[in-house]
Amino acid sequence: MSTKSIGQEFTKGLWDENPVFRQLLGLCPTLAVTNAVINGLAMGMATSFVLIFSSLVVSSIKKFIPSQVRIASYVVIIATFVTVADRFLAAFFPPISKSLGPYVPLIVVNCIILGRQEAFSSKNTVGRSLIDALGMSSGFVLAMLLLSAIREILGMGTFLGYQVMGPWFEPWIIMLLPPGAFITLGILLALALQIERKAKSWK
Amino acid sequence: MTNNTFILQSSPHFKDKDSVPKIMYTVIASLAPVVAASLYFFRFKALALLLSCIVTCLVTEALFLWLRKKPLHSLRDGSAVITGILLAMTLPPSLSLEFAIIGAVVATTIGKQVFGGLGYNIFNPALVGRAFLQTAFPVAMTTWIPPAALKIQTATFATPLGNLRFQDAIAEGTLTPLKDLFTGNVGGCLGETSAFALILGALFLLSRRVIDWRIPLGILLSLTAFTGSFWLANPEKYASPLFHILAGGFLIGAFFMATDMVTSPIIPRGTWIYALGIGIVIGLIRLFGGFAEGVMYSILFMNAFVPLLNRYTRPRIFGERSKG
Repeated sequence: MSTKSIGQEFTKGLWDENPVFRQLLGLCPTLAVTNAVINGLAMGMATSFVLIFSSLVVSSIKKFIPSQVRIASYVVIIATFVTVADRFLAAFFPPISKSLGPYVPLIVVNCIILGRQEAFSSKNTVGRSLIDALGMSSGFVLAMLLLSAIREILGMGTFLGYQVMGPWFEPWIIMLLPPGAFITLGILLALALQIERKAKSWK
Repeated sequence: MTNNTFILQSSPHFKDKDSVPKIMYTVIASLAPVVAASLYFFRFKALALLLSCIVTCLVTEALFLWLRKKPLHSLRDGSAVITGILLAMTLPPSLSLEFAIIGAVVATTIGKQVFGGLGYNIFNPALVGRAFLQTAFPVAMTTWIPPAALKIQTATFATPLGNLRFQDAIAEGTLTPLKDLFTGNVGGCLGETSAFALILGALFLLSRRVIDWRIPLGILLSLTAFTGSFWLANPEKYASPLFHILAGGFLIGAFFMATDMVTSPIIPRGTWIYALGIGIVIGLIRLFGGFAEGVMYSILFMNAFVPLLNRYTRPRIFGERSKG
């Protein structure tokens, strides 16, 4: 059982236990689909949807899941919501669904979601699990937004498709390619670590 | 009160006369003919690129040393200047200066300082900068102009290797003559065009024993064997090994970049594997890859194996069992 206050339960996902920058979970979609803000945002929203509803279901039926088959049960629950998210995107936002490709179905194996079920929802109340899932989702969406904004602005000179850089700007094509994802994430991780160290030394 | 009669010191007790600055300045001196050739062939463009790369490398290095609270005097060891010169020598002469500056910043930060500075970097910093530019600005990095000494007024100009790879030069009989490759009157990156200047600098480095002779020799042997076997099988389609040696970035890569002490193996057996590997990858990329030139990627590729090679080629210590 978690002993944090409700507020802390939410805010820990934003920074202290941010899934991308502090736990280094869910790096596959973080690296793969952050080449444009719209993709990063859609991926973040889809993952949030799956995480929030899986946490709700797992925390409410945790008493009925035998611990020997808990991982398999979580995966079935998660896969259900992933299918919903995948079909929803394909039906209402076909271009986004197409550009995200296999990464929406792959949310099933996203470590953030399975990790929260195993580490949190299976041990805490429905209310707390919801707050936790909301916090973690927000942290993930923020990370995706940050990464995709940097990559889109440097790689195409645009933000959400709108031109933000002047005509003098020559796009850095590398930022749209895998090396750009790794370089950006590496620099952001280093920055996050440095901020954390500075914050600790002030306390 | 201190007693200086007995000085206790851990090994090593021998101190070599070589030092980091001494080696670095020898390398800089050896680059003089290459720089001179680039200034002769590409005039003001070469000078502007060279200066902006060197200054950016020095400024970025100083900034990072200050951020990491390291003493600034290590700027004087000359390694940042070498990175700047080498990066400039691998850039196309028509590249605009802001790209060169971005490349120099990336070379110093991602190529060197994030690993902990000189001695800790895995990849050759100048080549990291160039690889970044090649991927970020592919068009600007493959636009070539004729050397000023040639007095041709055209906007673009193919490199000898580009000509061979994409224009079917052998069949059309437009393959660049070896004489031009040797003097450097061809298109290409600033420092790679003149084989004569590069060989001059390389001989100086070898005579000073700053670089390991096994590396250039190994690359030479494997590239010759690789391209030579294809040439013998079908000289109508493939260029001779001598063409491959004199054209493109082979000489500058083999003598000045693959030999970087930090990013090459320390044990002779590993060094041979490293060098032979570079030659084969160059051949593979040049003959079958999507690029006309593969020296940069092949060196970076083999750089990645250096820690592994150092580990698995370590000689057995006397008394150690072969399989323990």
